[in-house]
Amino acid sequence: MEISYNALKLNPDDNVAVALQRIGKSEAVLINNSEIELVALEEIPYGHKIALRTIIENDDITKYGECMGKATKEIPAGSHVHVHNVRGLNEMERAVVINHVMEP
Amino acid sequence: MTKFNGYRRSDGSVGVRNHVIVINTVGELSALARKIASLVPGVIPVIHHGGVAQFPEDYVQTLRTLIGTAGHPNVSAALVLGEEDDEIAKAIAVKLKEKNKPVRTICLNNNQTIPGLLKEGKEWLENALVKSKREIRQECDITELIVGLECGGSDAWSGITANPSIGTFSDMIVKEGGTSVLAETTEAIGAEHILASNAINREVGREFLDIVRNYDYRIKQTGEDIRSANPTPGNMAGGLTTLEEKSLGCIKKGGSTPLKEVISYADRPSEKGFVFMDTPGYDVESVCGLAAGGAQVVLFSTGKGSPTGSPIVPVIKIGTNPKVYEIMSEHIDINAGKIIDQNKNITDIGTEIFDKVIDVSNGEQTAAENQLNQEFAIWRLAESI
Repeated sequence: MEISYNALKLNPDDNVAVALQRIGKSEAVLINNSEIELVALEEIPYGHKIALRTIIENDDITKYGECMGKATKEIPAGSHVHVHNVRGLNEMERAVVINHVMEP
Repeated sequence: MTKFNGYRRSDGSVGVRNHVIVINTVGELSALARKIASLVPGVIPVIHHGGVAQFPEDYVQTLRTLIGTAGHPNVSAALVLGEEDDEIAKAIAVKLKEKNKPVRTICLNNNQTIPGLLKEGKEWLENALVKSKREIRQECDITELIVGLECGGSDAWSGITANPSIGTFSDMIVKEGGTSVLAETTEAIGAEHILASNAINREVGREFLDIVRNYDYRIKQTGEDIRSANPTPGNMAGGLTTLEEKSLGCIKKGGSTPLKEVISYADRPSEKGFVFMDTPGYDVESVCGLAAGGAQVVLFSTGKGSPTGSPIVPVIKIGTNPKVYEIMSEHIDINAGKIIDQNKNITDIGTEIFDKVIDVSNGEQTAAENQLNQEFAIWRLAESI
């Protein structure tokens, strides 16, 4: 069955989408349920993430509507988002998140 | 309310299988237990390598797991193979007799030859098997079902296809009054705040954060850091970038229902609803704990085609991507990869899983059962003495 998009945005708040197939450099990125116009700045491998908008350094990377890490440098829209430009949260940042849950 | 046909036991529990098993109490007896089981076709060997030279915390956990396994509602009768004056065998027999579950203990001792022991075991098993065939399925409510939620061999699609579909199933069964048990504490590290904030009250949220913190602490005590080991190089090649991302995908199996209870490894939920069991990320030990805690069926998502099954509970495999389903269909029951290439959505696959759970509870064999995948290992906490 033919499907009309090549990347999946999992939550309306997300700033990344997941490539449903390999997306070549300069290819159009077609997002499910979205009119957003985007071109891949570089190759995005199958299952990897692409920036839906420019993400500035130290901003959250949001997937599933949740913070999955921080940008280690500015990530232009259409870039491959992975270990070269994202880090996980450090102990202090984790503690803040967890303590926030238990606040009255 | 959804119904299924199961085996109603005298203690009120309901099984979806009617196994006659042989279970060994200590690792030394594993080959002999397997041999006794092989004498009677249809009998299932439940073999492990623990039970001896253990610290008290492991002794208690092993005993709880063996009692939960031999006394499981999917088990019609159990032959327990022990050593002379075997405390574990005695304890299992006492607990099973309390439930009126047919149990026989045979212990290696100086008064009986091996051929004599094999003959005694064979005769008891043949008789137990004949009796088990007379038991018939009866109509039961879905509220009697406890379904374990597990993953193994995750990939970048696990959190997008199979796990959220399992989450949809979890919400469905809990809504109908049944129980789902999410497991794998290590796989929640990095996303524990989400499950905690979704707990039914602060106390349950706190208990959940405590088991995650304790696990994290025990890993650090060994000099390792879960954050440097996860995601694995294989996870990263597949597109997973951070531990948080991997864990956010894992906990999708829990759906959106509030977390009602946090239980120890191999413990039985005391309430119906959505429950978390403290288990390791190693899938064989985790499935073993879920089963020993009373889950009659386990759902298991896999991106890499993990064959893990169980000797006593049907394990339903859900492939996360079209390729794993195509190349390993012998291992996999449901293709959640249809979300990637066939315009299916999470609700479609969640409903497919729900229907499959009912079919399997009615007796339909899973891929793992057809392959005789009967892995069994008890979570070991400390060193051998």
